[in-house]
Parts: sequence; structure tokens; C-alpha cells
Amino acid sequence: MDAILLQILNGLDKGGAYALIALGLTLVFGTLGVVNFAHGALFMLGAFCAVTVNQVIGLEQVTLDPNNLTPWGTPVEIREPYIVSWLGDTGHLILDYSVPVSILAAIPIMIVIGFIMERGLIQFFYKRPHAEQILVTFGLAIVLQEIIKTWFGANPLPQSPPTALRSAADIGVLVGFNPGEIVYPYWRLVYFVFSALVIGGVFAFLQLTTFGMVVRAGMADRETVGLLGIDIEKRFTLVFGLAAVVAGLAGVMYTPILPPDYHMGMDFLVLSFVVVVVGGMGSLPGAVAAGFLLGILQSFASMTEVKSILPGIDQIIIYLVAVVILLVRPRGLLGRKGVMEG
Amino acid sequence: MGILQVQNVNKSFGGLKALNNVNLDITEGTVHAVIGPNGAGKSTLLNVCVGRLVPDTGAVLFNGRPLTGRSPHEINQMGVARVFQTPEIFADLSLLENVVIPTLAVRDGSFTVNAWGRVDNQAEIRDRAEAILESVGLAEKRHHHSGNLSRGDKRRLELAMCLVQEPKLVLLDEPTAGMSRADTNATIDLLARMQEEHGVTKIIIEHDMHVVFSLADRVTVMAQGTPIVEGTPNEIKGDPRVQEAYLGGAHL
Amino acid sequence: MTTPLATARSDLILFGAFTLAVLTMPIWLVPLGAGYPDLMQKFAIYGLFAIGFNILFGLTGYLSFGHAAFLGVGSYTAVWSFKLLGMNPVPALLLAILLSGLFAWVIGFVSLRRTGIYFSILTLAFAQMCYNLAYSVLTPITNGETGLRVLNSDPRALDHLTGQGVVDGPLVSNIFGLEMNGLPGFYFCAVWLLIGMYVSIRIFRSPFGLMLRAIKTNQTRLNYTGISTRPYALTAFVISGMYAGLAGALLCVTDPLAGAERMQWTASGEVVLMTILGGAGTLLGPVIGAGLIKYSENIFSAFHEQTLHDIFGFLPDGVEGVVVSVAGLFVGEGWHLTLGLLFMVIVIFLPGGLTSGVRQLVQMARRSSGGSGRSGGDAGTAPQAAE
Repeated sequence: MDAILLQILNGLDKGGAYALIALGLTLVFGTLGVVNFAHGALFMLGAFCAVTVNQVIGLEQVTLDPNNLTPWGTPVEIREPYIVSWLGDTGHLILDYSVPVSILAAIPIMIVIGFIMERGLIQFFYKRPHAEQILVTFGLAIVLQEIIKTWFGANPLPQSPPTALRSAADIGVLVGFNPGEIVYPYWRLVYFVFSALVIGGVFAFLQLTTFGMVVRAGMADRETVGLLGIDIEKRFTLVFGLAAVVAGLAGVMYTPILPPDYHMGMDFLVLSFVVVVVGGMGSLPGAVAAGFLLGILQSFASMTEVKSILPGIDQIIIYLVAVVILLVRPRGLLGRKGVMEG
Repeated sequence: MGILQVQNVNKSFGGLKALNNVNLDITEGTVHAVIGPNGAGKSTLLNVCVGRLVPDTGAVLFNGRPLTGRSPHEINQMGVARVFQTPEIFADLSLLENVVIPTLAVRDGSFTVNAWGRVDNQAEIRDRAEAILESVGLAEKRHHHSGNLSRGDKRRLELAMCLVQEPKLVLLDEPTAGMSRADTNATIDLLARMQEEHGVTKIIIEHDMHVVFSLADRVTVMAQGTPIVEGTPNEIKGDPRVQEAYLGGAHL
Repeated sequence: MTTPLATARSDLILFGAFTLAVLTMPIWLVPLGAGYPDLMQKFAIYGLFAIGFNILFGLTGYLSFGHAAFLGVGSYTAVWSFKLLGMNPVPALLLAILLSGLFAWVIGFVSLRRTGIYFSILTLAFAQMCYNLAYSVLTPITNGETGLRVLNSDPRALDHLTGQGVVDGPLVSNIFGLEMNGLPGFYFCAVWLLIGMYVSIRIFRSPFGLMLRAIKTNQTRLNYTGISTRPYALTAFVISGMYAGLAGALLCVTDPLAGAERMQWTASGEVVLMTILGGAGTLLGPVIGAGLIKYSENIFSAFHEQTLHDIFGFLPDGVEGVVVSVAGLFVGEGWHLTLGLLFMVIVIFLPGGLTSGVRQLVQMARRSSGGSGRSGGDAGTAPQAAE
């Protein structure tokens, strides 16, 4: 029982990331009708926003202390981040919380990137065949990841969560297990809550605002909405920006869990596409449900007990599930008829 | 017993009853028109006949064999051809190739890998295809891209593609929809000539009464998912129930 | 042009010219700086890969993002054939074709239940699955990150049977002593390229090929014409998988080492690019595309800072530094950036590939040179000229 609960918990953070990426993919796909292979790159760019913010606020002022000499006889270098010398303890706090702080920077950056991408490239591909959409965004994904590689290098850049959240919570105790049975790192808990909040926020936005209503109507039947005299194309840019922000935030907060590297975007993209297909193309709840479901399944498959029976299952479980789902329910878990057929 | 029998077919979409206990019997060699106001269930009926939709209850029999539950290509292999509202042709291919494909489909069945022989070396296929293009008046353009044809020519090509298979039954879904008067008349002439030369049983779904009265031997009028009247065009013309269906439907 | 004989003859001429061009590559590639065997082997092998991919994508329009998996399967099969049977390439190639065809059948059977982008994603998922497995559980078969190679201690039954079991130095694939590297290796690949090209021409002109093209243009009509589309698409998928397997095996014939990175999605993307760059759905396009990509890869990745300084040496010092550092992003390690950009440029501006670009240019030239009265015939002859 405790093992099962632990695996469910372990799957939640990864599932959260899948769900957030798949949500954006589905939004873009459902409204704009564009298959965006560069969506994973947005996740990766978000992660590198966190890296950049960390590097920027970690910039150090180097002063030489002539009174203190090193064993080599040179003055000792005193390194102090600018932010600490300016803000004192607040500076330390900001440094410590650099990952959550990056969110503030990531939102505008991702909006800008999203707008540039949509206005500069994607908008010209609304009417082109899906194959060409796939190919051009695929090329864009390569370009983006190669740029990141040139700038930040090929090695993963580990980011640390705030000190206070580095330890693990013994949450098993709360629900009546013995201490130490279900221990869960705080940051993963934070990630899960964060992804739930973002997902909730996106859904509330779509349900409660006029803009959201138009977007939902557009996903259900784009032509009719167009006929109603609503210029849906104008809202596409915003939808794309929203999807970019969601993917970017997913990337920012994921950095303490997975050290970002330039190809993380593509790794997650492939999985997220599978998530979208399993959930049902064009269904937002489907994307979220399938994201968490596959995340949890994957963590179950990583259990030693399971791996000893089916070696390698952890590597392919998601794809296997996708294949089975597509054979049994070709439209995915919550897919509707007529979406992206043919 | 007719060539096509629709027996007690019901079909609902959600709460909407598109077909309500439909019975229909088509006599071999006739042209049978199905008319009715919008939403009467004409297109649903057609789609049930060609296997695109599966009825909730009831059966469609073709020469006594059930069509229900079969896939479109199986139904075509049994001898049922279909003409679409918007002509469905192979727009990237030449006219000749468009007609060669159905010719091959009749000869080779639904799947054969013939990856070694050349299309243009198969004289008998080519001759048949060219002959049929000739008969619909498109022989001149046989090497043109069919995507560039006018709407009327696309319809001719589509009819040629159906005819070359020598089907026993052709289903036409508003064959003159969206056409100019001239194209409509040309299509009517072509269909009438086809009837004389080939005498294939046809079911025509149509809005345009001009087309119906020029071609049909029998007419079924549908309203709200049910056939209400059946008879010769002249019988239908004066029937008060037909006027009721069209005008009453408008008032509802 | 329209009589059967003439078309057959024009294909024969095309194939003859292609054969001549391929066999004389060691001569005419020298002035281009590409006349050395290793690169020419790559031209032939990737040309074969692209020809096969084109049979699926160019004819049926099904965009597979997982063809690298078959390349990998072919490579591993070939190396295992070397290890168990011996260094003769022929059984290795035949086994590779067989096994990759089998793989393609399984993957295609599942993937082809969906069309459009679902299909692309499914093939991508399968390829990633193969790639992940090759790196993890299947390490006993694939030797994981190190890559699979032939060892002197391997059984190599046929070699020992024919008394070639004991070899000094590295093991090289050979036919009765003729080693498959250098020029003989190229000619060996070239023969397979020619066979592949010939088969491709036959398929393009056959009733089967016509059905595949019909799938691309209108599946609905094809279904209502009495054709069941899925077995046709599956056959095309298996054939193109076999081409990929053959190409993968040839890679190992010229260099007996198989690694999982060959199965990565970038490799699948590369063959897509080769095909659309040259012109999907045309006979020669994919080979030309493959040649161009491999040629530029070779040139771009060979560049490094010093070469750049030499090239831009004529510029003033300050400017030169900037130009060199910008250009440096695109060469050497940065080749993938160039590849990505090339990808975008081609899809944006020339979705029909170079072949259609050239055709457009020719038509423009013809029109501007006083356009004759036979403009009506152009529509009919153009598609044939393209192929």
C-alpha cells in the first residue's frame, strides 16, 4: 500500500510536466490547427530562463583584500554577488529562491517568444498542410536547441531549489503510516501543486472570460465562430502566447528536478505528443488526465519489482500505453469525433 | 424484389432522429430520385447505403445481400458506385490516371501488389479508360491535371470513373449542386445519355426539381426522416402532401 | 511522350544517365572536393535511404518520423551477421532487409491505423521506443553506448569454414578477399543504389505506384473506388523500411560498427529533409537531396576557426573577427544549426523541393522566351517531365 502511494506521488511531478506541455500543445492545436513540433523547445527555453536568471542575479563583484594574502602571496579575492551587496539579506533570499523568482522573468520573456514565433512563422502555416507545419516547426526546434547549445554548452546545468525546500517531507505520517515510509521531496510537492494551480488557472481563464469562451468555441467549431464575425485569427496570437507561457513555466519549475540541457525539449515533446494522442487530440481535460496518468504509470514501471519481471518496461511504458489506447480507442481517452481525422 | 432494399432503417444522432423507420425498394434499371426539404434525412440515407454510416436498426440489402456494416470499398466491389456532392477525384493525377485507377480496381480487386508491370503497357486497361473518357467528352484532356478542370468537367470525370467500373447501382448526391445552368444542363444530358447507353440503376438525391423531372422514373419524397410519398414524377407533382412537406416544413 | 513505348524509353534513358553519373562519381566529384571514397559511400547509402523513404512519403504522403529505427535495425542485423556468419556482406544485407522489413511490418501495422499527424507521432514514438531499448535493456544485443563491433573472437562460422577465420589487424567486410572499403566499397554501395533506383522507377510506373499516388491525393475516392487503402500503405511502408534496413546494413559494410545514435529522431528528420529538399514524389529528387545534405555536412563540419580566418582574411581585422565568430556558429559543431535553418528555409520557400524549383525556373524561362503555342500541352507533360 505504502509502495503504491509512493509511486503515485513520484509520478505526480513528471505527470504535471507532461500535463502542462500537453495542455499548451492541445490549445495551439485545437484553436490554431497547427501541429507545433517546437513546443518542446518552449519548455526548454523556459528552463533556460531559470538558468539565465540564476546566472544574472548570481553575478559577483570581485574585490581584492590587500590585508589578506593567499599562500601564493596574492591578495585574497572576495566574491560577493551584487545583489547581496545592494539588498543585503533580501539579496540572499532572492538568490536562494532564484528558481521561483525566475517565473517573474519567464512570463514576459515567454510571451514575447510566443508572439514572435506566431507572428514571425506560425501564422504563415495555418493554411498549409500538416506535414509542412510539422517540418517547419521541427526545423525551428532544431535551430532553437542548437542556439541554446552554443550559448550554454552541451552539459546539463543543475539548479537547486530553495534551501528550505531541499529536504523531504514525511507525508506518510500525516495519513497514518509509520514515519519514514513515505518520504517525498518538498520540491516535487511544490511542482505538483504549482502545475495544478497553472492548470486550474488556464481552465478558469477559459471558462470564465469572454476570451476563453471564444477560444473554446473556436476549438469546437472554428468555421462557425469565423462565420459569427469574430476575428478568431487575432486571438490566435494570444492563445499561442498563453501556450508558450504555460510550457515555459513548466520548464522553469522543473529545473531543480531535472538539470536542463539543450535537448530536454525534444525528449519531453515526443512524450507530450504521445500524451496528447492518448488523452484525445483536441481535448484539454484529456491532455491533463493523460499527462498525470502516464506520469504515474511511468513511475510504477520504474519500480524494481516491476522491472525484474519486465525488464526495460520503464523505458517504453508510455509508448506501449499509447499503442494500446490507439488500437482500442482510436480517438484517445476523451477525444471527440472529427478532430484531426485524416 | 428490387435491386436495393432499405428495410426499417433507423438512425439517430444524439437526440435527433435522422431516419425514422425508412423502407425503400428500388427497381432495377430505373432512375429513382429522393427529394425532400433540408434535414429530411436524404444524405443520411445515402451514407447508410454506402457504408459510411451504420444504422441503429434495420438493414440495407443489395441484390439480397446485406450492405450494412460493410466498409465502403467492399460495397463498391459489390457493384455500388457513388458520386459526391463536391466531385471527389484524384486532383493531383491526370484524367487518364483518374480513370485507370477504377478500371484496375474492378479487374484486380481491393488489394493486389502489382509493383512490376507498367500502367501504360497494360493495353486493355488503357483502352477501356480512354474509351470511357471519350464517351464523356474528355478524351482531349486526358493528360491534363484533373485538379485544373472546371466543376462541370470534374463531375464528368467522376461519372466516368464510376461508369468504367460498370456498376449495378450508382448513388448520386446532388450531382448538379453549385453548378452553373449550362453545366447543370450538360450534366443532365450526360446522365440521360448514360441511362440510354448503360441503363444502370441510379438513386439521385436532389434539390433541383428540373433535374428530378428530367431524369427520374420514380420519386420518393422524404420529410423528417420518413418517406411520405412515392410515385412517378407526374403523380408527385400534384400531391398535396408534398406541398405540405415543403411548405409545412418551412413554417415549422 | 504519351505512347507507352516512349515513356518506357524515357525511363530507360533516365536510368542510363543515372547509372553513368553514379559510376563516374569518382571522376566528376574530384573538382568539387568530394571525390574520396568515404564520402561517396555516404552519398550512395543515404541516397538509397532517401529513395526508400520517398516511396512512402513521396507517393502516399504518409510522413514517417521513425525511419531511423529501420536504419538502426539494419545496422545491428548486419553486424550480427558479421559476428556469427562471417564478413561476407551479402548474407548481412539480405538478413538486414528481411529483419527491417519485419520490423516495418509490425510498426506499420499499428501506425497505419491512423493517418495524418497521428501517424507521424506514432512512428516517432516507435522509433524512440527502439532507441531507448537499444540503450537500456537490449544492451546485450546492441552493446549500448559503446556500439556493436565485430571481434576476432566472434564465431564467424563461414569465415572459419573457408579458412579466412584468422585475420591480422581490423576486421573488414569483404567479398572473397576484396575489402569493402575505399573505392571497392563505394562501387559495392553504388550497385545497390542502382538496384534501388531501378526498383523505385518500376514501382513509380506500376499500377501499385499509381494506387499509392492515389492514396496521397484522395483516400475517400479511393475507398469508394473499391480499393482498401491500408494494405497498400502498409506495403509501401514495409518496402521503404527495407530500403532503410539495406542502407543501415551498407553503413556497417563500409564500417562494421553499429551504434544506437543512428536511431535517434534527428536521423529520422534528416532523411525527411533530404527527400523534401530534392523533391518528394520525384524519382531523382531524394538522391540529389541526400547528396547535397551529406556534401554540405561534410564541408560545414570540416570547417573550423582557422579555415574561416583563411577565408575571411581579406577583411579588415575588426570586421573579420566578427564575421568569423558569426560564421563559426554555423560550421563545425554548429552544423546542426545550419541543418535546422536549411530545413525551415526549404519548407517555407520551396515546399516542392529543388526539382519543382528548377521546373518553375524552366517554365519561367520558356514563357519569357516568347512562349510558343503549345502552352496547353505543358500541363500534361509537366508531371512526367518532373519524374
